[in-house]
Amino acid sequence: MPHYEPWSEERAQAVIGEFVHLEGPLMPMLHAVQETFGYVPDAVVPMLAERLNVSRAEVHGVVTFYHDFRHEPAGQHVLKLCRAEACQAAGGDALAAHAEHKLGCKLGETTADGRVTVEPIYCLGLCATAPSAMLDGRIVARLNERRLDALISEAQS
Amino acid sequence: MSIRIYVPKDACAIACGADEVVEAIEAAALARKQPVEIVRTGSRGMLWLEPLVEVATPEGRIAYGPVEEGDVEGLFEAGFLTGATHALRIGKPEEHPFLAKQTRLTFARCGIIDPASYADYVAHGGYKGLERALALGPTEIIEEVKKSGLRGRGGAGFPTAIKWKTVADAQADRKYIVCNADEGDSGTFADRMIMEGDPFQLIEGMTIAGIAVGATKGFVYTRSEYPHAIWAMEKAIEAARAHGMLGVNIAGSQHSFDMEVRMGAGAYVCGEETALLDSLEGGRGTVRAKPPLPAHKGLFQKPTVINNVLSLVAVPHILADGAQKYADFGMGRSRGTMPVQIAGNVKFGGLFETAFGITLGELINDIGGGTASGRPVKAAQVGGPLGAYVPTWQFDLPFDYEAFAAKDALIGHGGIVVFDETADMVKMARFAMEFCSVESCGKCTPCRIGSTRGIEVIDRIVAGERREQNLVVLKDLCQTMKLGSLCALGGFTPYPVLSALTHFPEEFGDTPRRLEAAE
Repeated sequence: MPHYEPWSEERAQAVIGEFVHLEGPLMPMLHAVQETFGYVPDAVVPMLAERLNVSRAEVHGVVTFYHDFRHEPAGQHVLKLCRAEACQAAGGDALAAHAEHKLGCKLGETTADGRVTVEPIYCLGLCATAPSAMLDGRIVARLNERRLDALISEAQS
Repeated sequence: MSIRIYVPKDACAIACGADEVVEAIEAAALARKQPVEIVRTGSRGMLWLEPLVEVATPEGRIAYGPVEEGDVEGLFEAGFLTGATHALRIGKPEEHPFLAKQTRLTFARCGIIDPASYADYVAHGGYKGLERALALGPTEIIEEVKKSGLRGRGGAGFPTAIKWKTVADAQADRKYIVCNADEGDSGTFADRMIMEGDPFQLIEGMTIAGIAVGATKGFVYTRSEYPHAIWAMEKAIEAARAHGMLGVNIAGSQHSFDMEVRMGAGAYVCGEETALLDSLEGGRGTVRAKPPLPAHKGLFQKPTVINNVLSLVAVPHILADGAQKYADFGMGRSRGTMPVQIAGNVKFGGLFETAFGITLGELINDIGGGTASGRPVKAAQVGGPLGAYVPTWQFDLPFDYEAFAAKDALIGHGGIVVFDETADMVKMARFAMEFCSVESCGKCTPCRIGSTRGIEVIDRIVAGERREQNLVVLKDLCQTMKLGSLCALGGFTPYPVLSALTHFPEEFGDTPRRLEAAE
């Protein structure tokens, strides 16, 4: 299970500070912030704007453009199901429906108990052994109902 | 005596349980007091056999696969360490028909060497291309790439040497080499495999490009969905630096070149070269209007070579073995080899590198073995989410940029996704529009809004609401998107939609005759 730090402005400044020497540092900074806190808190936007001498609007525009950046913390575990064409061709639709049914929430949502966030992902590059999924960064291919159930129980435990 | 065992560290093998297999092998060997040395390689590309475990024997490497954790004890019992018979025994991998039928240039080392080992790379012919490049000098390097006929493997098929020449001729205080490794197309994984299985080759290719155009800095822009590839690339970059092959005065020459890996954040459109540049600069991945070309004003407004992974990794071969040898493969204006990726509902899915000219039917039926489900093939989507659905009656199409274009289809990045007869083509057409609406960067109205209208129109057609008129609207909308979008996202989304409509009109309702009239 991924462990994230509680929000701290001081810590955020330190995390951001590690990338100031890079050319085009904003994306690496945002990734590092999310890796530290589990999401990109609103409070980090003005900090980034000041560091990079750009407007808050510009930073906000970047944060909201990319699917990866979360605006609030996810559930304790994140289950991503590949919904791209190759996985669809190999029975991904039925598995996604199965996961939604088992978890009692739709793709893109978090279970009521806050344990599992289930999300669509568009291609993990495992298309010859489809369908595939990712649980907290661990990739799984040749998914079937049995394996999916095992992943779901693991996420719920 | 220690026995060497090779287990892939490729993401696909890991996703199929390779790490657990390694643990099981270590435990079983320890229990038998049999010393083993496990080497983590890339993948051979026979992905239906992953995890493919190979054992070094006096007769050569003997492969077993697909090996699951639970098979390991049995393999030891059967004596697989000496290459003994077992139900999972494949034999010598290079003699397997799937590999024996290929022409492996780019993937020659993938699955054989330890991708983290600089020494292994050099021992298998690595850095021969750079050596010759340094001897030739910038002008001659570009001439050599030109003679090879190499065209951009990202999808557009633009001659690589022309791009390089433009950047070489541009005057600027800084120039960049950017590798587009934002392999977002479903059904493609060649970039991922090469970065995980032979990362030094990409470093070598980018270094040669840097020398050719006078650039000193390179970026590999790849996907957050590819953590294993990022890890492997970074390891290799570190090792190359330690061996003086990146940094100041590479290989003792007067040239300097260094590079770093950057990660995207789940935006498909960043695979478009100008959106990628904006993202690298730290902005929204918005497509830029051309001109100015990236070759004139690219990354940070400096002259920039932006090439796909597969284009750059072809370069060391072209330099090492000479342009003519590369150009001898292929057909028409499509020269060299293409790493084709066979995926989706297919029996023998994997990476098949071959000269251009092989037909789609050979790839899907003969090499891919048809569907995994055992049902008849219905269609294949070639070239990712923006590629056309090719019906079985067009499977005689040769893999060639021009031949595909003539049939309103595209090769793209060489990915083939096979569908069986249960595929719902209306749903796939709708999905193409939906994907476009989610991933559109918003720059061009036909893409941003047209894709949403496209979903609605398809829904109306399915509901039987003024079907004939709405079919005309859909075709018209596709035409507007094709002509009115700056990049391939809006411009090519009509390919899957229209191909589904053209080849499977009966699925869009009971009026195929009317549809033909609208053609």
